Parts: sequence; C-alpha cells; structure tokens
Amino acid sequence: MTETTTSKPKPPEGIAGGSWREALRVPALAVLTGLILGAIAIFASGSNVLEAYGALFTGSFGDPVRFFTGFQQLFTTGETTGLLRAIRPLTESLVTATPYIFTGLSVALGFRCGLFNIGAEGQFFIGALCSAFVGYSIKGLPAIIHLPLAILAGAAGGAVWGMIPGYLKARFGAHEVVNTIMMNWIAFRLSDWLLNGPMKASGFRPVTPNVEHTAELPHFFPDPIRLNWGFVLALAVAYVLYWFLFKTTLGFEIRSVGANPDAAKYAGMNIIRNFVLVMALAGALAGLAGSAQVLGVDHWVGQGFSAGYGFDAIAIALLGKSHPLGVVFAAVLFGFLRSGATNMQSIARVPIDIISIIQGLVIIFIAAPDIIRWLYRLKNVKVEQTVLTRGWGS
Amino acid sequence: MTTITASINPAQARRTRIAYGIVLLAVGLFIYLVLGLNTKPGLQTTYGINLAGSRAIPVPDLVVPAQLTVNIMAALAVFVGAFQLARGAKSTSWLVGVIALTFVIAFLTWAAQGKSFNLTGMISSSLVRATPIALAALCGVISERSAVINIGIEGIMLIAAQAAVVSAGVTNSLYIGLIVALLVGGLIAAAHAYLVIRFKVDQIVSGVAINIFGAGLTSFLSSRFLEKNTDVLNNSGVFPTISIPILDRIPVLGPMLFENNIIIYLMLVIVVVMHIMLFYTPWGLRTRAVGEHPKAADTLGINVYFVRYVNVILGGMIAGLGGAYFTIGSVGRFDELMTAGKGFIGLAAMIFGKWTPIGAFASSLIFGFADSLQVKLQILRVPIPTEFLLMAPYIVTMIILTGVVGRAIPPAADGQPYEK
Repeated sequence: MTETTTSKPKPPEGIAGGSWREALRVPALAVLTGLILGAIAIFASGSNVLEAYGALFTGSFGDPVRFFTGFQQLFTTGETTGLLRAIRPLTESLVTATPYIFTGLSVALGFRCGLFNIGAEGQFFIGALCSAFVGYSIKGLPAIIHLPLAILAGAAGGAVWGMIPGYLKARFGAHEVVNTIMMNWIAFRLSDWLLNGPMKASGFRPVTPNVEHTAELPHFFPDPIRLNWGFVLALAVAYVLYWFLFKTTLGFEIRSVGANPDAAKYAGMNIIRNFVLVMALAGALAGLAGSAQVLGVDHWVGQGFSAGYGFDAIAIALLGKSHPLGVVFAAVLFGFLRSGATNMQSIARVPIDIISIIQGLVIIFIAAPDIIRWLYRLKNVKVEQTVLTRGWGS
Repeated sequence: MTTITASINPAQARRTRIAYGIVLLAVGLFIYLVLGLNTKPGLQTTYGINLAGSRAIPVPDLVVPAQLTVNIMAALAVFVGAFQLARGAKSTSWLVGVIALTFVIAFLTWAAQGKSFNLTGMISSSLVRATPIALAALCGVISERSAVINIGIEGIMLIAAQAAVVSAGVTNSLYIGLIVALLVGGLIAAAHAYLVIRFKVDQIVSGVAINIFGAGLTSFLSSRFLEKNTDVLNNSGVFPTISIPILDRIPVLGPMLFENNIIIYLMLVIVVVMHIMLFYTPWGLRTRAVGEHPKAADTLGINVYFVRYVNVILGGMIAGLGGAYFTIGSVGRFDELMTAGKGFIGLAAMIFGKWTPIGAFASSLIFGFADSLQVKLQILRVPIPTEFLLMAPYIVTMIILTGVVGRAIPPAADGQPYEK
C-alpha cells in the first residue's frame, strides 16, 4: 500500500498535488477509520455491528438477491417491477446524494477563497422556500418557463443569504463562521414564521402547498423511484464550477485570494468583490440544493425540511479536497451512507446520528492527515495543504 | 479607536460623526412617529420593582405616563443627534449607549402602556440568560489569549450538558454531575488542543468537527438511551437557589445578584478571578505574551505549548460549566441541540468584549437582555410575530461583529500554530 513515496511536482489543478494514489489514500483511510470507530460505538451501545452494517449496505446499494430475481423476471416475463424494486435503494442513495453535491460544492467554493461557509444549511432552506413559492404561486405557465424560473428563484434566494455574511466579511472583517451560523438560525426562525403564516397551505400542518406539476423536475423512472433531473443538474453544475475555478480568470483570482490574500491584493485583485462574489455563488449553490430537493423530490417544504445537509457538506468538501470532482465522489459516498443509515435505524435500531459521529471523526482525520499516517505507518509525503480558513483578524 | 482614526483621517472622522448624528436623528424620529403617536394619551406604564417570592425589601413601583416618557426619549435622541451633527463627540461608544437606551426605554414604555411590566424580573432573568453565553465567552477569552481559537464551544457545551444530567441522575448528586461536566469539557478541549498544537490542524476545522461530533454523539445517545430511561438518565433536578443573607434584601440588586444558583455564582467568580489572573499575575503575563508574540515568549523561556495546553483545557472546563448550566443549572433535562447557538453567541460576546473577561461578561449581559426582552415581549402580546423576536439575539450578534460599535483587535498570534 505504501510503495509510492516519490511525490511528483504539483500539477496546477490537481486534486491535492502529487499522484492520484496519494490524493485518494488519506481520504479513503479516513473514511475507513471513521467506519471502524463507528462500529466500535455501535458495539459499545449494545447493537450487533454486522447486522447494522449489513442493513447499511442493503439500504444503500440494494439486496443482491433482489437484483438477481429482478433480472430473471425481466428476461422471463418482460415485467420490470421486480427490477425497479431492486434498484430502488441504489437510486434513493443518488437522490440523497443530490443535495450533498450542491451543498458540498458550496462549501468547497468557499474554501477555495479562504472562506468557511457553515451557512449552507440556512441557504438551503431559503432556496427551497423561494423555489417552492415560485412553484406553487404561479399557475398556468408552461414547464419550459416555470421550472427554470423556480430553480433560479432558489439560487437567487440562497445567493442573497450567502451574500450578507460575505459583504459583512469583506466590508467589516466580521468572521463568516459566526455570521453564517447566525444566518442559519435566522433562516430557521424565518421559515417557522413563513410555514405557519404566509406560506402555509390550507390544513393543519405547517407546510407549503405542493408545487405545480409544471415546476417539478421530471423523474427518470415510474413512481416509487424518485431519481430525477436534479442529479444530472448537480453533475452539470459541478462541471461548470470546475471550469469556472480552473479555466477562467475570475476563478484564478478567487483561488489566489484564497491562497494568499495579501499577494492577491498586491497583484491588484479586488478582495472585497471576490469575497462577496464567492459567498453569493456559494449561497446560490446551496440554494440550488434546496431547489432540487423541493422540485425534484418532496414538492413541498415543511419544518425540519433540511436534515443537516449544510453541516454534512463541510465533511464532504473536506473529503473531496475542495475539488468539484472530489466533492461529487464524496457526496455520492455520503448519499450512500445516509440513505443506508435510515435502513440501519429501522432494522438494527441504531440511531441515524451515528453518521454524524462518523462525520466528525472523518473531518478530523482529513484535517489532520498526520494522524492517519501515524495510524497506518504511512511514509510522510509532503503534500501542500490548502489554506481553508483564517482567524478573526482581517 | 475613533480617536485614533480622527487624528489620522479627518475626512473619515467627519463621515463617522455625521453618520452617528443621522442615526440618532432617525432613531428619535422613529420613536416619535412610530411609538409616540401610537401611544394612547393618558395611559400609564407601570414598571414593577418587586419580584414575587423574592426576599428584597418592598419598594413602590415605578409608574410613568406612557406618552410623555416616549416623547421625552424621542426628544433626547434628537437632541443628542443634533449636538453630534453640530459638534461631534470624541468618543462614539456613549452615543451607541444613547441609541440603545432611548430606543429600549421608549419601546418598553410603548409595549407596556396601560399594563404592568416587571423590571426587576427582566433584569434578573437577563443575568440568568447571560450565564451560558458568558461562560462560553470566558472559555473563548482564556483560549484565545494564548492564541488558540476554540470554535467548538457549542459542541463542548452540548456534550457536557448531557454528561452532567446523566451522571447527576445516576449518582443522585448534582455536584458529581457538575464535576463530570467540568472534566468532560476539559477532556474535549484537551483533544482540540492536542490536534491543533501537536498536529497543527486548522483550528476552525477542528472546532467545527467538535461541533458536528458533539451534535451527533449527544443525539445518538439521547435516542439510544435517554429517551427510554428518562426517569433515571434524564431527570436530575436542578441546583437550588442560594440566597446570600442581608445582601438579598437590597431591592433590584438583591434578586438579580444574590438569589441565584451555584453556577451563576461560579460564573461571576470566574469573571473576577480571570480578570485578576490575566492582568495581575505572572501566569497572565505569560499567557498574553504567548498570544501576542509566541517567539519572543519562547526566547524568554516560556513553554509556549504548555501555556496553550493549560489555557485551552481551563477554557474547556469553563465551557463544561456552561454546558452544565443548560441541564442541571436550569431545566434538569437534556434536549437534543438544546444549546441553540449559545456557544457562537458567546464568541461574539468575547469579540465585543475585546478579549477581556469583564468586557465579555458585560456584552453577554446585552445578549441576555435581548433574550429576556424577547420573552417578555411575547408575554406582553406585542403585535410582532414571535419568530421575529426570537431572531433578535442572532441579529444583535451580527451587528456587533461588524465592529461598527467599537472595533476590537484580537491577540496578534490568534489562530496561528507555533513552530519552534
């Protein structure tokens, strides 16, 4: 496992510098170690580890036996229901991964500019509410106009929510970590009010009305399978972000500001504009996550709509080394974990919060690769660390 | 800060002066137009001074004519604003005080017109609500004075809160719960210190990991164990109120300061002790040296790493005490995510308090006041949705962080790992 010790010169847009193997080794071992420690926690709390992780697997990939019988059914009778049932867990994992890709990209973009966006959660909520509002309040539009409009509304709502801390950071040096968290709480309170008042559907529960069919993201398969165009949109956005960050002047500027604000300033780059722009874009990405969730999956917004997507996004961005491609992989991995954890909760009675514990551990291992190197006796390879955040000052 | 900019840049100083003047005029006009004109003439506002059940000597309530009071506040704000536009004050911090004071008094008088409003009750509940915020802020002060940012206070408080209630319930002793909370807080902080000092992990990332880990762990344990055995594991009772003889007879001050539980007293003691330790002892001098210029401190023979470890762990124990407040200090029960951002608000209080214990405590009181005001306004049935009132502490935090109200400068080496 440890044969490659020579580190190649750092390519300008590599995932972390060094070879692919180098880049993947620490994240992979970090996840593995997180899962092992999670198993210890499950064991310590008195549950069966094998049963729990087995349920995690079938919940995220599906039951192999069902795949087999599904194919058998398809070839013998031409009936697809069995196969559809078999692929449901797999597609559900991708459905869960969709908001993770968006929010992970949001946090990763912030990291690239030296900004820590913990506000993806609030931006997600605001984006979802804006999309839902456009989705249910406008009636009679053709889908070709209504759907893009609803998606844009979500992005715009998230952008505003992200721009406020960005501006406060750029203009006053107010630390974005605290401010984005404050914006989260404000978003939760605001949504409480909206869902109980102006946006409440008729009925007892505090939820919005269903969006019009013209604003829904089309599904790929018949009904029990919820995989939709939102996933494709997420992949497309990831590619656009990659192109933006690494192939455009503005992207170069953003990365320069992140790597060394003083040098960027000296080179004539406008730090304030970049901070505001990045936070607005990051907010828009998180807002899109909310859009995709409400337009593609749920079709309405209720309290507790976001199940911690914004916080998981931090782990995803770190795991993906703030690179769009890495983020997509990390997000899909987390989609599988989360989706499987629901099954694990119902079958093995292990609370779903175990995933948060594993996440916290993974973040620490990724941020402190020395621990992983020490644990697995890896040779020390000089990998340049990307600067993630800065302290309170300037 | 303002005086410095005034001597450096007259144009900017002039802008600041005019801006403050205009804000004051606007506040005055707002008070008159929105609150004054909506106050019914002839109604009175009663400010209750006596708290039911308190041992303080009873005094007559403060009764004021509502509309007159509101209009006087408007006039005061306009007058100070006009003075500021014409002459300009050297220090701007008292102007902020005028803005806040006139607005709050006018707002309360308007909201409670024709009704009674217990002033002492609100002031003493401000202190109670400020307690966890102040403890979080003090944790921040002591760590950051040695240049280690601890943004994981929220997570530490959550874990300590749960540990306190469970251990107190199992052993049937609140004091054991308190000690466990302190130990747990110190332990997590030690892990944070080890990560950022030994492995040079990004301090903010490590703190965020602690927060996510803390939220996950406490929710996991809560749904796995606490919910099923509520009687034993999640039902500890709370520390009783301890009245200090004689002093508790003073009106207003008595119920506020001298009829509290042990955690609030401990918080007050920590404020004083930390102030003395930080500014009048060799330990404090070493801490500040490590925070401002670790290299110089190292050259003088101070063990930079050791000082940081000690301070971060002490800070973690203070945060643990803050966590204990949430359960065994107030409700005797653990709820998932019950800290609700108080750890972060504490960090804002620390910044607003300019990294000093007394400043941090004073700004925590402002947050506590905003928090208790929000509760009182709900009771008074002010025609503002509850959700908006609940946003108040978060919005105040953001305003304070802009530094418009007194910019603060962190310790010079704050957040930077030290390499020999």
